[in-house]
Amino acid sequence: MLMTISILMENKPGALMRVTGLLSQRGYNIESLTVARTLDPTLSRMTIMVDVESRLRGLVIKQMNRLVNVLQAADLTDAPAVMREMVLLRVRASQENRTAILKESEIFGARVVDSSVEGFALEATGASEKMEEFIAVMETYGEIEVTRSGMVAVSLEAKKLRLAPPISKTQPETVAQA
Amino acid sequence: MSNLMSGARILLECLAREGVDVIFGYPGGVTLPLYDVIYDNPIRHVLVRHEENASFSAAGYARATGKVGVCCATSGPGATNLTTGLVDAMMDSIPMVAITGQVTSKLIGSDAFQEADTFGITRPCTKHNFLVKDIKELAQIVHEAFHIASTGRPGPVLVDITKDVLQGQAHYTPVNEIHLPGYKVVTDGHAGQIRRAAQMMWEAQRPYVYAGGGILAAGATPELKELVETLDAPAVCTLMGLGGLPGSHPNFISMPGMHGSYTANMGMYECDLLIALGVRFDDRVTGRLAAFAPHAKVIHVDIDPAEIGKNRAADLPIVGDVKKVLSKLNRNLKELEPEMASKNSEGRKAWWKQIRAWQAEHPIEPVFSADEIKPQHLMYEINKISGGKAIVSVDVGQHQMWAAQFIKFDNPRTWICSGGLGSMGFGLPAAIGAQMAHLDQTVFAICGDGGFQMALPELATLVNYQLPVKVIVMNNGYLGMVRQWQELFYNNRLSSVELSAFPNVELLAAAYGMKGRIVHTPMELASALKEAVDEPGPYLMDVRVSQFENVYPMVPAGAAINEMVLAPPQPVAVPR
Repeated sequence: MLMTISILMENKPGALMRVTGLLSQRGYNIESLTVARTLDPTLSRMTIMVDVESRLRGLVIKQMNRLVNVLQAADLTDAPAVMREMVLLRVRASQENRTAILKESEIFGARVVDSSVEGFALEATGASEKMEEFIAVMETYGEIEVTRSGMVAVSLEAKKLRLAPPISKTQPETVAQA
Repeated sequence: MSNLMSGARILLECLAREGVDVIFGYPGGVTLPLYDVIYDNPIRHVLVRHEENASFSAAGYARATGKVGVCCATSGPGATNLTTGLVDAMMDSIPMVAITGQVTSKLIGSDAFQEADTFGITRPCTKHNFLVKDIKELAQIVHEAFHIASTGRPGPVLVDITKDVLQGQAHYTPVNEIHLPGYKVVTDGHAGQIRRAAQMMWEAQRPYVYAGGGILAAGATPELKELVETLDAPAVCTLMGLGGLPGSHPNFISMPGMHGSYTANMGMYECDLLIALGVRFDDRVTGRLAAFAPHAKVIHVDIDPAEIGKNRAADLPIVGDVKKVLSKLNRNLKELEPEMASKNSEGRKAWWKQIRAWQAEHPIEPVFSADEIKPQHLMYEINKISGGKAIVSVDVGQHQMWAAQFIKFDNPRTWICSGGLGSMGFGLPAAIGAQMAHLDQTVFAICGDGGFQMALPELATLVNYQLPVKVIVMNNGYLGMVRQWQELFYNNRLSSVELSAFPNVELLAAAYGMKGRIVHTPMELASALKEAVDEPGPYLMDVRVSQFENVYPMVPAGAAINEMVLAPPQPVAVPR
């Protein structure tokens, strides 16, 4: 089933590769992935939608949490969370269609971000299913071109973020103690 | 205090601060600045003959000492050659730091000479890896690498350093603090869970200790012994855990798994409480998972939370350092002992009786013949001459399993074995690493005729550094384990497993400038081994064993652990 993973990680080269590597090594295909800096510019927040066998969901989260660059990985699939996706869509509109397109956009809460004699560029956000419908409706008006952002999610539960404290290197006995 | 230093010198300063005394490596173009500093540095550099063997030697050193093993290679092919050793260390949780050179920062991505994406290639081969393009980050990163490699569940860490960083200059100030906010290691173990574990252990009728490599990684051998003795429970050590409990300990059963002993496997099947300590329920141990320890509750102690419940659900999980957990657990057990010990004493007596009956029924017995050297006989003789003390490094295959069955280890870190990855060619270079760490100890490298030929160039390293490793080739003329499977499961169609044209080792050893001998008959085996051990330098021995011997017991792939194929009856001969 499609799993939603939210990851807080260090904003460092290779961090993304480590996370996606855990999925690609199992032959999983990532359905969507979004990543951007957080308020703290040294950190990134990532949302991944990926098809994972349900019995392996816990293991995947644990293995992600094991990554040195990952501060917290959480499974939001069944957790209280808000999930949204943005769609940018260009639709060719004939003169007689233009009003109908604008009306329809309003129903989906979409905004016009560009208007020209050829048609409109529209921006919409919402849950995935809503966006699917929006795209399907727009397709009936003519040729469209679509870019989807992929899912972004925010958990509605406050999760305590546990971080490792700094490690002193002044006492040599703290190292090589395997 | 800071002074201007080259990146290469900063690197060696950091290595010295981490207590590194030896590096196994192979130089090349981009590591020239590093080797110029190594030239007159107190840290020893051992020049191996292939980078893969540098990583195996570093692993051998780490396995024999518990310290971080360090290997070093140049960019491109040097780095790619290290990867097998990195994965090997990853699979067996061996602390290692690999240093690789990278082309100059400006050239990265230009298909420069000897450029490879080492950072990308080794990402899935390591616990963590770094690319250093800024000399100011170098010292910090090197210390982070050692910290990650040696703490928590140990593992290999690679540091890829560009040539401009190695030869550039910077002010060096010793690093006093590192910060890895996402690297969380739980060591203490939940006190309540530990108390419940002690309770469960006393309540069990048929407790069974299943100890693995984690015991050695944590240095928890005294605590394991105390636990086993307090509970008076039978204990098995996995292939990675051999030496965790002394091989001569009365409660030690043997190794469980695909080629484990009858008793070890039956015990797994029949126990009602499985006390899993620093193990990962590997498929080679469990056989068909659904039928593994079907009557048992499971207590699983591991430092890696991702191991808990990975293959077998734990009834009582404890995340923590197994040494710390066991020392608390032992206190709890002692507290409960007066009240609990007598409760199940009847059941436990019956359990031991059952175990002793299995042992009597199917003992681990070597096979002897008057006409040819049986491979089991070879291991029996090595065991005799070792007396539980020698360091034994092995390759992968039949000889590895026979060695694990017949050679006893009384001390931890004396059995050096590529367990998870099963890398052929491991035995000899790993023995080099172990011998470098323990120059005064007897070190055997037991290899098959296949694995030996993969590592053959390292004979030069032995001679070069006069390392007195005893290389024992168990020569059956075949890739024996693959041949065994072809015999048993592929209608004996022996496909590409016969190793003809094996070199004459007496001539080979002479060519390298070391002692060598071919042993053909059972009569000369013991004295030949003694001659090898008495030789102050390296020794190469080719022991011609019977060609078609199979390793038993055997749990076929997909079978349950109690569904063992036992050895067909053999004519009994008496050892000389």
